[in-house]
Amino acid sequence: MERIKKKMKPLAGNLITLAIVCVLFAVVFILVETGHATRHMRAMLVPICINIILAVSLNLTVGFLGELTLGHAGFMSVGAYAGCLFSIAMKDILPMAARFPLAMLVGGLVAALFGVLIGIPVLRLHGDYLAIVTLAFGEIIRSVIINLEFTGGAAGLKGTPQDSTFVIAFAVVLITLLVIMNLVNSRHGRAITAIRDNRIAAEASGINVTYFRMLAFVIAAFFAGVAGVLYGHNLSILSASTFDYNKSIELLVIVVLGGMGSIRGSVISAIIITVLPEALRELADFRMLIYALVLIVMMLLNASPRFAALKGKLHYGALVDAIRNKANKEGKAHE
Amino acid sequence: MNKMVPLPSKAIVPERDADKLPILDVRHLGIDFGGLTAVDDFNFTMGRTEIGGLIGPNGAGKTTVFNLLTNVYRPTRGSILLDGVDTLGMSTYQVNKLGIARTFQNIRLFSNMTVLDNVKVGLHNNTKSNLFASVTHGFGYHKAERQAKERALELLSVFHMQDLANAQAGSLPYGAQRRLEIVRALATEPGIMLLDEPAAGMNPSETAELMENIRKIRDTFQIAIMLIEHDMSLVMGICEGIAVLNYGKIIAKGTPDEIKSNPAVIEAYLGKKGA
Amino acid sequence: MMDLIANLISGLSLGSIYALIALGYTMVYGIAKMLNFAHGDIIMVGAFAVITTVSMLGFPPALAIAASVVCCVVLGVCVERIAYKPLRKSPPLAVLITAIGVSYFLQSLALLIFGSTQHSFPKVISVPTLELGSLTIRGDMLVTLAVTTAIMVGMSLFIAKSRTGKAMRAVSEDRDAAELMGISVNRTITITFAIGSALAAVAGVFYGTTYGFIGPYTGSMPGIKAFVAAVFGGIGSMPGAMLGGILLGVIENLAKRYISTELSDAIVFAVLIIVLMVKPTGLLGKRVTEKV
Repeated sequence: MERIKKKMKPLAGNLITLAIVCVLFAVVFILVETGHATRHMRAMLVPICINIILAVSLNLTVGFLGELTLGHAGFMSVGAYAGCLFSIAMKDILPMAARFPLAMLVGGLVAALFGVLIGIPVLRLHGDYLAIVTLAFGEIIRSVIINLEFTGGAAGLKGTPQDSTFVIAFAVVLITLLVIMNLVNSRHGRAITAIRDNRIAAEASGINVTYFRMLAFVIAAFFAGVAGVLYGHNLSILSASTFDYNKSIELLVIVVLGGMGSIRGSVISAIIITVLPEALRELADFRMLIYALVLIVMMLLNASPRFAALKGKLHYGALVDAIRNKANKEGKAHE
Repeated sequence: MNKMVPLPSKAIVPERDADKLPILDVRHLGIDFGGLTAVDDFNFTMGRTEIGGLIGPNGAGKTTVFNLLTNVYRPTRGSILLDGVDTLGMSTYQVNKLGIARTFQNIRLFSNMTVLDNVKVGLHNNTKSNLFASVTHGFGYHKAERQAKERALELLSVFHMQDLANAQAGSLPYGAQRRLEIVRALATEPGIMLLDEPAAGMNPSETAELMENIRKIRDTFQIAIMLIEHDMSLVMGICEGIAVLNYGKIIAKGTPDEIKSNPAVIEAYLGKKGA
Repeated sequence: MMDLIANLISGLSLGSIYALIALGYTMVYGIAKMLNFAHGDIIMVGAFAVITTVSMLGFPPALAIAASVVCCVVLGVCVERIAYKPLRKSPPLAVLITAIGVSYFLQSLALLIFGSTQHSFPKVISVPTLELGSLTIRGDMLVTLAVTTAIMVGMSLFIAKSRTGKAMRAVSEDRDAAELMGISVNRTITITFAIGSALAAVAGVFYGTTYGFIGPYTGSMPGIKAFVAAVFGGIGSMPGAMLGGILLGVIENLAKRYISTELSDAIVFAVLIIVLMVKPTGLLGKRVTEKV
């Protein structure tokens, strides 16, 4: 008979994640303020935060809902443009302290709206079809934005105030983490995970599958939009071509590498994937190749029983049992 | 003793339920898949606290009936009245909210979630916390979660499973998984519960325990239970009314004694010249 | 009028290329129950194989095409064995992610080897232009139409009459029963991938000839469009894939000519979305009810 697995209480896991994130922030903040951070390091801080937000929100659909969406970059771009256009329009009307949070809200809400519009047709599908259609929508969004006048067309959007700072980005990361962690460990989160684990049983248990799929999709889109606004206010020119298929794949790699359904994994993996290309500049040409291999290898490892056994040994429950067994043995030895 | 009382649709319900609206009233239910008629002219009524059985050879259409009752399939003909309400056109989750829950022939648990969470999913519609509360973990969230946890443990204790609360559902032994499915279905507070082969893979002592538990559930929660089963000791032991299905049609309906001696039933199971 | 006919003919030619690719998609989907995201990129590999063998090794056209087919078949079989076979029991999401990984891998490998510039595709089909009155038809289009029609007819006969074809149909209907009947499921799936890859190689030759230039990302758009075609015709149905491919080519060409070139891609996607909304099983597909 297989050993019955115990799971770690989610609250403890989430507190650990938050603790890690806060400690990292504190360390980096001190390094920056005391002048020990190089220009390279400082330039990476906001992108790291942006990728964390993107990865955690994508994990909501891929890891927790269990559906592969390949258009996440599309929501990011919609939010970016909405937020940046708002900021440009309000540049002389509102002070930055009011304007930037509002811009992020605008970007997030517009992205969420697109999430609803796209979700209505898309979420009737599953698996392969859903993936391709989200890919299609991502491409359509990109083509349309490039062909529009008011978005600056192919040349890009200029004139966005450079409001993104590390502190603000970090604050948004915290909010994102709190919202998504709370959501996942709630009645609504259980419904979403139930749909992933067994859609038919979820439906039979009274869960409105369509509503919850839409919920996960739209919330993920919202945060992608907010991340887009942060991104747009960190560059002098916003160009739609950055939000392409490659970007969506990069986000997928981050989520897969960190573990689907693991928020802490997404955070760590986002940091690694943002920092590594800088650290391994010589391997820049091989980056795409490495991403591809990561995807393939991670999936093959997940399917291999030997790897599962190894993961099982490192599992929280197994560690607790191992410690307990050792304590028992020592206790017995003393008798 | 359970005396059966005839009803307008030529159904039978236990006398104690006779003056109440049947929880389930199915008339002339039928479904065609392309050219194949899987179920035809299915008439069945369940009293509010009746334990009923649906038996028949493999492939007779029993699970199809369950799928029709839970609106997984849309019927081609006929009607289903659940607690007096016509369920045509409703989706499965709506029908569950109305009061019908089920288990599955091939166990369908949320294998990556804990036992407790599986039951909490069943409590989904009876947990009072809206989206805002879920996202902020405030505004009544903790109280609702506490209540849900208490209720879930209460339900698990019916099957003495409360100690397994934090185990991963997918790693439970087979019998425990089956029991968990029943607890989850119970958690949705149904008026009638459909159990699809609940005794599959169980030895005689486990089956006897299951019989006890089914009776206990009916008595404690005052709900109706409908079984699909192949284990005749279970069916004859606890069912009050039985319908026998063959090739999608009901070939006999009655009490266990009537069914046992019905020649059409014997022929269906054992072929002509059987018994 | 002549304009329209010329447009229709080039649409048929493009459509038959899509049909070839869609055929490979649908065969693999029917038998291995997976969408080979990397299928489109095999076209690119085949086309580059022709470019390499002709331009750098000086192969004559026929040999180059043969080499390309061999190369693609080997690639397809290796991908199946290494990346897809271990995941046969895994959830579909895992297979999909792996397929995306393989596709990305092929694209980035091509990018590394050949760079991001477009390479010109050598002239391997030298059939003169046909002139019917005021109508000019490119020679290679005629060849494309003729060859793809022959292949489609051949494939239909193969699937219907040959032992391997019967095995393929059996595995796609019920894998376990087929295994119990003594059919080697592994071998059948491998053969399916091999055939699909060979078709992709041929499609690559025609695609390169029609458009003249090949780059690392050349395969992905036709791949996606062929997927649309396969869904349009009914995923899992071979006649459906052929029909869907041809229709899609005609629609795309008409859209390019009479609506707008930039929007023609969007229109193709719109077709996909509409089909999936209105008739998810496609034109010739069967409704599959999920077993509860």
